[in-house]
Amino acid sequence: MARDTLTGSRIRERRIMSGLKQAELARMADISPSYLNLIEHNRRRIGGKLLLDIAEVLEVEPQVLTEGAEATLIAALREAASDLHGHEAELDRVDEFAGRFPGWAALLEQSRRRIDTLERTVETLTDRMTHDPHLAASLHEMLSTVTAIRSAATILAEPGEIEPEWQQRFHRNIFEDSARLADTSRSLVTYLEAADDSGAEVTVPQEEVDTLLDAEGHHFPALEEGRADPEALAQQLGHGLTDTARALLLRILTRYAADAARLPLAQLDPLLKAEGPDPLRIAQAAGFDTALAMRRLAQLPDGHLDAPVALAICDASGALIYRRPLPDFAMPRFGAGCPLWPLFRALTRPMTVLREEITQPGRDARSLTAWAVAQPLGPAQPNRDPLLEAHMLVTAANAGSAPDPLPVGVTCRICPRDPCIARREPSILGRPA
Amino acid sequence: MPKHVLLIEDEPNIIEAISFILSRDGWTVNTHSNGTTAVDTVHARRPDVLILDVMLPGKSGYDILRELREHPETEGLPVLMLTARGQTKDREMAERAGVNAFMAKPFSNSEMLEMVRSLSTP
Repeated sequence: MARDTLTGSRIRERRIMSGLKQAELARMADISPSYLNLIEHNRRRIGGKLLLDIAEVLEVEPQVLTEGAEATLIAALREAASDLHGHEAELDRVDEFAGRFPGWAALLEQSRRRIDTLERTVETLTDRMTHDPHLAASLHEMLSTVTAIRSAATILAEPGEIEPEWQQRFHRNIFEDSARLADTSRSLVTYLEAADDSGAEVTVPQEEVDTLLDAEGHHFPALEEGRADPEALAQQLGHGLTDTARALLLRILTRYAADAARLPLAQLDPLLKAEGPDPLRIAQAAGFDTALAMRRLAQLPDGHLDAPVALAICDASGALIYRRPLPDFAMPRFGAGCPLWPLFRALTRPMTVLREEITQPGRDARSLTAWAVAQPLGPAQPNRDPLLEAHMLVTAANAGSAPDPLPVGVTCRICPRDPCIARREPSILGRPA
Repeated sequence: MPKHVLLIEDEPNIIEAISFILSRDGWTVNTHSNGTTAVDTVHARRPDVLILDVMLPGKSGYDILRELREHPETEGLPVLMLTARGQTKDREMAERAGVNAFMAKPFSNSEMLEMVRSLSTP
C-alpha cells in the first residue's frame, strides 16, 4: 500500500494518542462517526478542507497525517527515547518529529545504533577481561612476576648489608623473573592481536549480517542463476565482517542457494501469478514445504511483488536468527520480539500453518497477514523429538480480510499495549489514552 | 619469643622475597604452597599472622579463609590476603570471607611489612 493511502491510519493513531473517541473527533470535524471510521480504515480518501479541519483538531501539521514516517524509524526513535535519563522525550510527537525532520530523525537513529554497538564493544571487552581464562591467567602471572621482581629489586636496592649468598639468589631471581615476564608479555600480545584479527567478537555478528542482507535487498542474483557458490560469495560479500558474522552469512547463503535450486524463479513466477503471495498455496502447488515458499517470497528482488514481505525465522529457543522487516512491520534489532507474534505460537503446533491478520499498534495500524509454521530441522531420529525452527511471513492484508486484526508489538519496551498478558517489561510509552 | 607468620603462596620467588623481608624483621616464617592442604597446615602451625594468596593450586584463598573462620581456633587469626586482582568486588569477596587486610600485587615490601606488623599488634 502506498504511504499516501495510510492517512486514515495516521489520523486514527493521532486520535488515540490525543485521547479522543471516534465520535468526539467526528463531531469536532463535523462529519459522521461512520464516515470517520471509513477514513480511519483507509477506505475513504481524505484531503482538502476536511484534512485541514481534522489536523487542526488533532493539533498537528496536515503533512504529518499525509506523509508519516516509517514504522522502523519510529520504533528506533522510541528505543532511543528509552535511553534518556533525567529528561523526557516528547513520545507523543515522535511521528511528527520523524515526518517533519526525516534527516535529523535518521541521524538520531544512526547515532543511537552506533552507541549501541560501542556499548556492546565495551561490555564484550569487560566480559573478556572478567571471564577470559587465558587473559586472566596471563595477567595473574604477569602481576605475580612483577611482584617478585619488585620485592627482590627493593631488597637489593635498600641500604645495608646483604649476605652474598642472598644477593646472588635475588639477582638470579630477578634474571629468571624478567625472562618469564618477557615471555608472558609476548604471549599476551600475540593472543590479543589474534583476538583482534578475528574481530574480537566486539560487534554483534547477527547485526552485521542483517545490515549486509538489508543492503543487498535479501536477494542474490548470482545464487539465483547458479553463477556463484555460497562460500565464494560469502568471502566476497563478507569482506570486513567478523569471522562469526561471515560464518552466519555463509549459512544463510548456503540455504539460499539450496532454496533457489529447489524452487527457481522460473518455476516460482508462474505460481506467484496463479496463487499470489500466499506461501501455503504456492507450497501446495509446487509440492514443497511452506517454509521454503516463505523464504523464496522473501528472497524476491524489490518490485517483484506488488507489496514487499517481511520474514522472521526463529530457532526452537525463540531467538530470531533471520529478520527481514517491513517499513510497516518492525522487528527488534536486538533481543526478543513480541511473544504474540504467530511465529512463536507456531512452535507449539509443529507443521500447522497458522494464518492470522495482525497489526502493530501505535503506528499506522495497518492490517497485515502473518503466516507462520514450525518445521523440524534435519532428518527424523528414532525416539528423539525433532528440533524445530519457525518461519513467519508477513504480507499486506487482502481486501476483505478479518476486520479485527490481532494487535501485536515489536518488543515490550516500545509497545503501548496494556494490559498485555505477554508483557515481559514495562513499556516506556506508558498507558495509551 | 619471635612471632610466627605462615605464608601460603605458590610463587617461589615471591615466597623467597617475603620470607627474607620478614625474617630480617625478626619473624619466624613458614611457607606452604598447596591450597588443598592449606587449612590443615594452618591448624598444625598455629601462626600469629597468616599471609594468604588468593589463587592457589587446589583451593582458592577465599575458600581456605572461609573454612578457617568456621573453626574456633582460627576464627580470630589475623589474615593478610594477597591477590593479583585488586578490584572492588575482589576486596568485597575477601571481606565477606573474613579477611583482616587485603593487598593487591604488586605491593611494596615496606607496605607489606607494615601490614603484617599491624596485624600482629592486638
